[in-house]
Amino acid sequence: MAETKLTPQEQAATDIGAYRYGFHDDLEPVFRTRKGLDEDVVREISAHKNEPEWMTEFRLKSYRHFVKRELPRWGADLSVIDFDNIYYYLKPVEQQAKSWDDLPDGMRETWDRLGIPEAEKKRLLAGVGAQYESEVVYHNLEKELKERGVLFLDMDSGLREHEDIVRRYFGTIIPYNDNKFAALNSAVWSGGSFIYVPPGVKVDLPLQAYFRINAENMGQFERTLIIVDRDAYVHYVEGCTAPIYSTDSLHSAVVEIHVAEGGRCRYTTIQNWSTNVYNLVTKRAVAERNATMEWVDGNLGSQITMKYPAVLLKGEGAHGEVLSIAFAGRGQHQDAGGKITHMAPNTTSVITSKSISKDGGRSSYRGLLQVNDGAVDSRSKVVCDALILDADSRTDTYPYIDIKENAVDIGHEATVSKIGEEQLFYLMSRGLSEEEASAMVVSGFIEPITKELPLEYAVELNRLIQLQMEGSVG
Amino acid sequence: MADLKIRDLHASIDGAEILKGLDLELSKGQVHAIMGPNGSGKSTLAHVLMGHPAYEVTGGSVEFEGNDLLEMEADERSRAGVFLAFQYPSAIPGVTVANFLRTAVNAHRRGDDGSANPISVREFRAQLQEAMEGLKIERAMTSRYLNDGFSGGEKKRMEMLQMAMLTPRLAILDETDSGLDIDALRIVADGVNRQRSADLGVLVITHYSRLLRYIKPDVVHVLVDGRIVRTGGPEVADELERDGYARYGVEEEATV
Repeated sequence: MAETKLTPQEQAATDIGAYRYGFHDDLEPVFRTRKGLDEDVVREISAHKNEPEWMTEFRLKSYRHFVKRELPRWGADLSVIDFDNIYYYLKPVEQQAKSWDDLPDGMRETWDRLGIPEAEKKRLLAGVGAQYESEVVYHNLEKELKERGVLFLDMDSGLREHEDIVRRYFGTIIPYNDNKFAALNSAVWSGGSFIYVPPGVKVDLPLQAYFRINAENMGQFERTLIIVDRDAYVHYVEGCTAPIYSTDSLHSAVVEIHVAEGGRCRYTTIQNWSTNVYNLVTKRAVAERNATMEWVDGNLGSQITMKYPAVLLKGEGAHGEVLSIAFAGRGQHQDAGGKITHMAPNTTSVITSKSISKDGGRSSYRGLLQVNDGAVDSRSKVVCDALILDADSRTDTYPYIDIKENAVDIGHEATVSKIGEEQLFYLMSRGLSEEEASAMVVSGFIEPITKELPLEYAVELNRLIQLQMEGSVG
Repeated sequence: MADLKIRDLHASIDGAEILKGLDLELSKGQVHAIMGPNGSGKSTLAHVLMGHPAYEVTGGSVEFEGNDLLEMEADERSRAGVFLAFQYPSAIPGVTVANFLRTAVNAHRRGDDGSANPISVREFRAQLQEAMEGLKIERAMTSRYLNDGFSGGEKKRMEMLQMAMLTPRLAILDETDSGLDIDALRIVADGVNRQRSADLGVLVITHYSRLLRYIKPDVVHVLVDGRIVRTGGPEVADELERDGYARYGVEEEATV
């Protein structure tokens, strides 16, 4: 309202106040590598984890590639990242806890504030993993699923206990030299999830992992590998937050997923990093014959996000979906989208992207749709809609399409809309405040995504959007 | 004492003055019609009374129940009992009718200090069902997105449903040029007639006299070039239907 117009300083304070997870714990890590990165630091991480020789070699090879690989010259400006001012490995506690109560007090409180133990207690989840800095500090999986052969471990335990499976898949879907940040993750990875779902097993409730950065100048490099065997199903959900610091932190994950014949995997992310985190993530899945892979990717936080979940439709009849939503507020650049490669006949895909820009934020849809020679009768639909809330904000669309086969059906639609004065007036004339009215238009805009989320995540996403909208209208 | 008092109202949009000293008084329990030729300022009046930000009020006053409406934002006016039935309501994709109505009802139930007093799910459902039955609206409508892909008639019904749920004390119906669809007129008329009471004042803004066959006005005003040039009983509408606006210096029919 006109009489409560805020100065830019007050506005910034309001925005920070709206981020509820900006607090941090004062905990001394039990071990950490020195700031910066070289071969010794890579060796130290591997040695500390008692890894097999092949993994140490893989890390070193990756590190060497990281050093010589250039930063991407497209997307966001990453030249501001100071790789020497980051801690690459930070171990918060000596041992993974089997009970939340076994965690140090401050850390336990943090998880409570994030609501993770409560969600687990309410049995909304079949399994929970909680990563704090570089290590997964708590992990649990329902007994019944364990008995049916489902594996849900942190990646380090996965490597120790199931080296054969890990060695077979690790780095095969996203090779160490895929891009600079995949190389970095391959060199210094720690934590993340390892999941195996045996043939025919359907995991009804989601498995959830939560990633928390606590320390300043932290680099978090979790590594996730999910294998869904024939006709099996799993829904994996991840969330993440970090404290607000004046210096930058780096989050660079790699997620590889293999969905075998007839299997289905849904991977849902609600990314809500604080706005001093660079979020540069590589996610890719392979879908075999008649398999389905679905990425539901929500990006609300971070300073810069570059993330394009990908599906390689390798087997005939495979189906891939990317539902992407990005919210770019003050000082944020969300460069998000999806990549689909049709490699076999009769494969189908849908990419739906929704972005919202406000207060000078910038969102970009960047997508690749590729149809290989021989992938006949493939069908794909790409829809990207952008909503701009004010004149200072920006949105761009970069749809790359590469079709090498004629007998295909491809659709692409893009719209950009501004939040309409008429829509706001209409809702306000029914008694809604300006903030309520804007939040309602925005929540309607992202409804195609929220309706795909489990109820509690849909509620959370809408709540986050409402917080983002607070103080956003003058 | 009249409940709505408009005195010497001047308003412009994009620098062009549209209302040029409009006076009008209306008491609750009455239905007033404002008729006027195209471009006389009818739609502007509706938007100015509801507080559309694109219109600038450059002079005069508007009071409702002793409150200065011009000091209030649109949402405050709504909570003060003012309702505008839009001629062209906006669509809000992704927001269901039920969700929207509940939010609006709760906004009206908020205390003056902003304290929430949300309606119970049960009570809301009961109210909604009663209002929908009265307006012959199918239940399935509540899970559709607000005005998204609605037909003209459905939009009118939706406006009347909102009016029934929000129980305003001043209802402004902007029917400036919707004279083409007789069904739509009937829907609006039925909705208004069902709610006519001693506690509701109605201002019907229309180009054509036809709507007034369904909503009988107590008073008819003629608006020409931003001013009320004549005020009288229902016979004024009949006169306009017969003679058009010619006697006001405008060559235009007031009938279909």
